[in-house]
Amino acid sequence: MNHFEYIRVGSVAEAALAASTPGAAFLAAGTNLLDLMKGGVSRPGRLVDVMRIPGLGEIERLPDGALRIGALVRNSDLAHDTKFAQRYPMVAEALLSAASAQLRNAATTGGNLMQRTRCSYFYDTAGACNKREPGAGCGAAGGETRSHAILGWSAQCIATHPSDFCVPLVALDAIVEIDGRDGRREVALEAFHCLPGDTPQIETVLQPGELIVAVRLPTDAAAFAPHARYVKVRDRTSYAFAVVSAAAALRMEGGQIAAARVALGGVALKPWRARAAEACLAGKQGGAGIFREAATAALAEAAPSGDNAYKIELARRVIVRALTLAAAGTPARMPALPASVFAHSMGATLHG
Amino acid sequence: MADIRLFITVNRTPYAMVLDDPRVTLLDLLRERLHLTGTKKGCDRGQCGACTVLVDGRRVNSCLCLAASLDGAAVETIEGLAQDGVLHPVQAAFIEHDALQCGFCTPGQIMSAIGLLREGQTGADPERVREAMSGNICRCGAYAGITAAVLDAMSLSDRTHLSHDREGRAA
Repeated sequence: MNHFEYIRVGSVAEAALAASTPGAAFLAAGTNLLDLMKGGVSRPGRLVDVMRIPGLGEIERLPDGALRIGALVRNSDLAHDTKFAQRYPMVAEALLSAASAQLRNAATTGGNLMQRTRCSYFYDTAGACNKREPGAGCGAAGGETRSHAILGWSAQCIATHPSDFCVPLVALDAIVEIDGRDGRREVALEAFHCLPGDTPQIETVLQPGELIVAVRLPTDAAAFAPHARYVKVRDRTSYAFAVVSAAAALRMEGGQIAAARVALGGVALKPWRARAAEACLAGKQGGAGIFREAATAALAEAAPSGDNAYKIELARRVIVRALTLAAAGTPARMPALPASVFAHSMGATLHG
Repeated sequence: MADIRLFITVNRTPYAMVLDDPRVTLLDLLRERLHLTGTKKGCDRGQCGACTVLVDGRRVNSCLCLAASLDGAAVETIEGLAQDGVLHPVQAAFIEHDALQCGFCTPGQIMSAIGLLREGQTGADPERVREAMSGNICRCGAYAGITAAVLDAMSLSDRTHLSHDREGRAA
């Protein structure tokens, strides 16, 4: 790990100033950043520890019914907050399907949005990566591409964003609250992460010194609670990143879908909102045929970035599964294996 | 680089330390500076769980915590569990259920199990216990014994709490 200067700050203003220096990085729990630094992938000259900034660790219900999640709220605290899990069950399910209990106890809300891709070529400093070193080339292109992007990729980068948490958040129109030297601003989560294009080194819309201070779920997000699920296909049942995942939520009125929300994970360099699928479902009755139609619409623009065409059909099927489970209703208790296709919907034991 | 002052409590003993290097992780602080080598360095990247300790009562991967960021924290490690020569119930359950072979992952498994019991999310469902222990890898594959040990320790701790309650009410 490179040597660095460690600075602990007590306010957002102090943080913004300290992190405006080139080569500075914010440190929250560090569950991704320290890993990257140990591998020499990230080499910040200064770490600005934001964990002691007061006021960023609260989960607040706002007067209009929206919910504000402080940037420093730990993943496990959010997932196990009973009121949160009742109002936003697919977000809790996604959180609990991610990483391990130890990592969820440390990792923060803001840090989750800021995590870097798990593309193995990004991690391999002996190979080429346009994200690590602009213009160096993409080692993944023509390489081992089983887990790479099928949507929104470019010739310069075919990596995916690894977050589970962001997938239901983007489906529910989450808003990212940002603070910095030029004041506060808000960005829809859908517009927060950048697709690679010709500049894969630019990953988010944050400017130097800007800090995520909260993520907000708007008023209508809780209306999807009775029919909301997250489904995640991965190489192991637990403690693995998504190959493909989907968040699906339905607002039902008189047996019809009044509104639908669908988003995909593991398919692009950002959590992927599938608005075409949502448009297919609005005003219809749920069922296998319409769910398949919606899934087909969601992947209409998908293209393999290598040896990963299978992910396109897999993504369609994961959407159909998530919609089917959502239509059946959110289970009263979190499944024993959150988001797993092996989870019995009633949470019963499968493995003896 | 300026020295970093650090006050940290490890197994109920307070330490006032000065870090000459900001790169020291909690794992390295425990092993190399406090010579508490019970906490193991497996992958050193947050993948195996061998370095699991409790920080302010919560299980975390000590390899991914910068010591400098833990000013004021209370840490519990495997060395702090046994009291007056009596094993912690989770330690005793691991022996009872043969929940190990080589033993390298065991301190992390035990600290993780104690964290799991404190979190109280699994109930006595073996599937939930396995899921909640998935951050601790065992190369020898002692998982069946580990799950049985965690469930046994949970049932013992439930019974103990019950008897405390009864004593409390009787008093």
